[in-house]
Amino acid sequence: MMFEPIQRIGRVGVFFGRLLVQCGPALLRPRAVVHQIFNAGARSLIIIMLCGLFVGMVLGLQGFDLLQRFGSEDALGVAAALGLLKELGPVVTALLFAGRAGTSLTSEIGLMRATDQLTAMEIMAVDPLRHVVAPRFLGGLIAMPLLVAIFNLVGLFGAQLIGVQLMGVDPGAFWSQMQSAVELDDVSEGIVKSVCFGIACSLIAVYEGYNAEPTAAGVGLATTRTVVISSVLTLLIDYMLTAAFLGR
Amino acid sequence: MSDPVVQVSGLRYGVGRRRIFDGLDLTVARGKVTAVMGPSGTGKTTLLRLITGQVMPLEGEVTVFGQSVPTLPKLELYALRRRMGMLFQNGALLTDLSVFENVAFPVREHARLPESVLRALVLSKLHAVGLRGAADLMPGQLSGGMARRVALARAIVMDPELLIYDEPFVGLDPISMGVIVRLIRELNDALGITSIVVSHDVDELALISHHSYLLSEGKVVAQGSPAELRDSPLEVVRQFMSGEADGPVPFHYPAPDYLEQLRS
Repeated sequence: MMFEPIQRIGRVGVFFGRLLVQCGPALLRPRAVVHQIFNAGARSLIIIMLCGLFVGMVLGLQGFDLLQRFGSEDALGVAAALGLLKELGPVVTALLFAGRAGTSLTSEIGLMRATDQLTAMEIMAVDPLRHVVAPRFLGGLIAMPLLVAIFNLVGLFGAQLIGVQLMGVDPGAFWSQMQSAVELDDVSEGIVKSVCFGIACSLIAVYEGYNAEPTAAGVGLATTRTVVISSVLTLLIDYMLTAAFLGR
Repeated sequence: MSDPVVQVSGLRYGVGRRRIFDGLDLTVARGKVTAVMGPSGTGKTTLLRLITGQVMPLEGEVTVFGQSVPTLPKLELYALRRRMGMLFQNGALLTDLSVFENVAFPVREHARLPESVLRALVLSKLHAVGLRGAADLMPGQLSGGMARRVALARAIVMDPELLIYDEPFVGLDPISMGVIVRLIRELNDALGITSIVVSHDVDELALISHHSYLLSEGKVVAQGSPAELRDSPLEVVRQFMSGEADGPVPFHYPAPDYLEQLRS
């Protein structure tokens, strides 16, 4: 019982190693990877943009309410930008990604396992890790930072919409303070986070699908596990990365 | 008889505490159709997984084309598998590819052929199973029998020397069943390949097999030509061949005494 989670981490690690070996050959077929970027990325666009807009609007409201108590509502642009770039963008996108793209990866691969498609590939001397799993992993990994960028963009628009248009913050102050206060380091922190979340969420999704028990209940369980483990892992990694960046 | 294609000897295999094979011996002769029969749950499919190197035996030898399967490194195992074709119970077609692309899949993976040659090859295999007209359909649009025929076309597209059928007759209507039965024997004779058919449909197997093995409780309990098996004096063979509910293979799954269980 005690050893079960540790064994699990070990198995995921071994799987990750085997997957990485197959990622090189998989990159030689860019079409399959591009197709998976479309699946994981483009098909998540609407939900990502919608959520980005609302998160940005909430930031606008809450930020304005907080900052006006100190009479510094001009800093709303900085607050919204830093909040989105460093934290909310990567984290919320990763959580949405786990629910939208992660589950579809897990159930797709799990069903391929359950219907013997993966076994059939092995018998045809085709490694399913290379042909099925690696392109999906790479697709998710590449899609995540792109989705985060779009989320941030739409989020800033939402914050601007509320702060400037509705609450009357000076647009000049909103944008110029943002421009002068946000450093390259803040942006790169967000990029590093989004790449790490991309690796974690995609890895968990394909691992759970590949190792799902080949039954209806097994695939269902694996899909649930993908969401739960990806979400917890995202927040855990987020804390560690934040601590690491602040401690520099 | 020339050297056998598949040779299994002293095979022991089990999952957890459950013993599936306990000293199994079996030989598949070149160019023949060999049937492996047995009641459900005797590990017939597991035997195929052992022959194709998907699982490793606890003990014993599994030799295919003279190579010992359990000790082969992955690349050589993959090279060996290119000489085999396998038909899965449910077809196992790749659901995101069309019928044409499914049959073309192994060729695209293993050979670089000009598109026109590939097209001619795939269409000829689809023609052999009577489904050239279905090339553009997706697997979801096929009936069970059609899916299995497409899978058969895919299994023979690389011109294997050994074809393995896992329960090819399950769940087919009589017409599709007749088509598959005929195809198995015709492909075997026309292409000069060796076939292993795992099934429990006694009558169909009698039509196409040269040699049959009957498995029960982890061992070969009888073997011979279809006629020899039919006339076998062994109780367990008679029960299986004529489909009696109770006999050496009991009707009841092991259970405590019925009356005792009701009273408790």
